[in-house]
Amino acid sequence: MAEIARTSPLAGRFVGRPHVTVAPAPPATRLAVRAPATSRGALARALKVDLFDGRQIRTVGPRMSLPLGPDEWLVIDEEGADLAAICRDVDALHSAVDVSHRNVGILVSGIAAEAVLNAGCPRDLSLAAFPVGRAARTILGKVEIVLVRTQPQAFRVEVWRSFSDYAFSLLEEATRDPGF
Amino acid sequence: MLLIRCPWCEEDLPELEFRHAGEAHIARPTNLASIPDADFEKFFFIRSNPKGIVFERWRHVHGCARFFNAVRDTVSDRFVTTYKAGEARPVLPAVGDTGPAAHGNVEPKKLNVRKPAARGNGK
Repeated sequence: MAEIARTSPLAGRFVGRPHVTVAPAPPATRLAVRAPATSRGALARALKVDLFDGRQIRTVGPRMSLPLGPDEWLVIDEEGADLAAICRDVDALHSAVDVSHRNVGILVSGIAAEAVLNAGCPRDLSLAAFPVGRAARTILGKVEIVLVRTQPQAFRVEVWRSFSDYAFSLLEEATRDPGF
Repeated sequence: MLLIRCPWCEEDLPELEFRHAGEAHIARPTNLASIPDADFEKFFFIRSNPKGIVFERWRHVHGCARFFNAVRDTVSDRFVTTYKAGEARPVLPAVGDTGPAAHGNVEPKKLNVRKPAARGNGK
């Protein structure tokens, strides 16, 4: 019997330049959560991370919750905790879907990170408009992404697995801009 | 790039994140099975498509994913205002000429008014 192993679609890819680094994020579990305001408290207690009704992410240890819309969050756990199992015991009305294998994370960091992302993302990514801890669903070239600013010069891009090659290649091309 | 204000995000965001979703304020009949075909056709197919101010549904599909309504000028492409789905039509401020594109809104006979030729000083 052949051994079955899951490989990341971005395995082995890495761009390191003096001004910017683009690298695949390590595997993580992810949960797409939708819940009305009345269920948020119970869900947040079970997940041990606040489901914040705003624009900023909430981080507790390896786990963070990204607000995507008025009643929608993406919860990411970098240590691989089974998030769907945690929500199974919550009685309050909610929808929680495990999307761990749907998404791939890409980490973009360096002084030119903002400019590299702006090669495909039309949003204003200046620190004033998109501060540290801000999350948003947006566009990168032709694909939808979820963008988080983790540090002043570091972003995390969450993209669908089948789009990850396109997204990574686009970012890779953007790092070649001679203007940096 | 056009910036569109999402009433849910309360931000001006690039047009690429949005998608048009047809005319706004069209109520689905509650007795759909019993209305005559002519009325169904009117509800289902017939849209007003005026030139100028239109009320449209838009969706912030690559963002908060919510639907909202927008008042837009089809001549100048300017968004007059946006408001959440379900809210009443806003009372609009008087919208005057909105730049060069509004030229197309003027009736031809008004465009071609012949002004009296300027006369030289005593020549």
